[in-house]
Amino acid sequence: MTWRSDRRERPVHVPDGFLDAPTSLATGALAAAGVAVALRKAGRELDEKTAPMAGLVAAFIFATQMLNFPVGAGTSGHLIGGALAAVLVGPWTAILCMSVVLLTQALLFADGGVTAIGTNVSLMGVITVAAGFAVFSLVRRMAPRSARGVVVGSFLAALVSVPAAAAAFVFLFEVGGTAEISLATVASAMIGWHILIGVGEAFITALTVSSVMAVRPDLVYGARSLLTKRQLLIRPDHAADVAT
Amino acid sequence: MKSGLSTKLLSAAALVVCLALAGFVSYYASGSPDGLNKVAADHGFDSAEKESAAADSPLSGYTADGVDDPRLSGAVAGAVGVVVVLVVAGGLAFAVRRKHHQPDQG
Repeated sequence: MTWRSDRRERPVHVPDGFLDAPTSLATGALAAAGVAVALRKAGRELDEKTAPMAGLVAAFIFATQMLNFPVGAGTSGHLIGGALAAVLVGPWTAILCMSVVLLTQALLFADGGVTAIGTNVSLMGVITVAAGFAVFSLVRRMAPRSARGVVVGSFLAALVSVPAAAAAFVFLFEVGGTAEISLATVASAMIGWHILIGVGEAFITALTVSSVMAVRPDLVYGARSLLTKRQLLIRPDHAADVAT
Repeated sequence: MKSGLSTKLLSAAALVVCLALAGFVSYYASGSPDGLNKVAADHGFDSAEKESAAADSPLSGYTADGVDDPRLSGAVAGAVGVVVVLVVAGGLAFAVRRKHHQPDQG
């Protein structure tokens, strides 16, 4: 088991040098814009009760990103957490949580390059959140309003969010990659592996969301409308209980 | 109207879970390259990687400088990371929260 000796020595995010300077500057601008909008809009998702949740969700994502799981053929994946954060604390707060995680990893742990911070925040902090929340909202609109609908929505959101980020990386690599490799090769390899990793992401996300739903559904951003509805429905049930 | 665990108890439990995952379970994580690193190695663009400007950080590579035992070194790095992320993200969330206002219905 020699692999244990160099465990976690290898960073897992986009390092310095994969993308050229103009592309890194562009992703830096995109990330800065995303964070700036999130800073203005996250306030409406947060109050005294949910602000500590944002800290805990970010800490949980940092911790879980350390847990690489094998996906076969000597390859591993880890949770990204953008879809999970979007469901638990709301999409704007999720962008802030992801950005704090990615900045901490780049600056303190040298995981992800310093010049690649904009790339990593754009891919994992903005795109996974946006793709994940879009899928979640779509599923919530189509599925019955129930706790199961929230869990299924978070599963599918996470499943799609990972290959979405991989596809965005392929686009960036095509535009500003520092190596000459055919688009088809990078696309099929990146998206192929990340579909597998997305399955792991989906299970971890659904498990986490259903765990929080089991103890405190009122703290799950994606279940807020559900709770209002349930409170209105609870009276006839109680009346029936009392009658029997 | 409080249902289930109190917020304090839930927060404490969540923090313990985070510290256990980052400080203990992470030792047993797969050491294989992740999706991006695997593709980079398979298709020869891993050589384009440059060393991070933060490579000299005492926690670089999720190991703590000066702690020889690999299990303890990873545990220290993971626990410090959890606390830093919790404080920064939680502090940021408190700073931008809307006071005296009911949040949106999600």
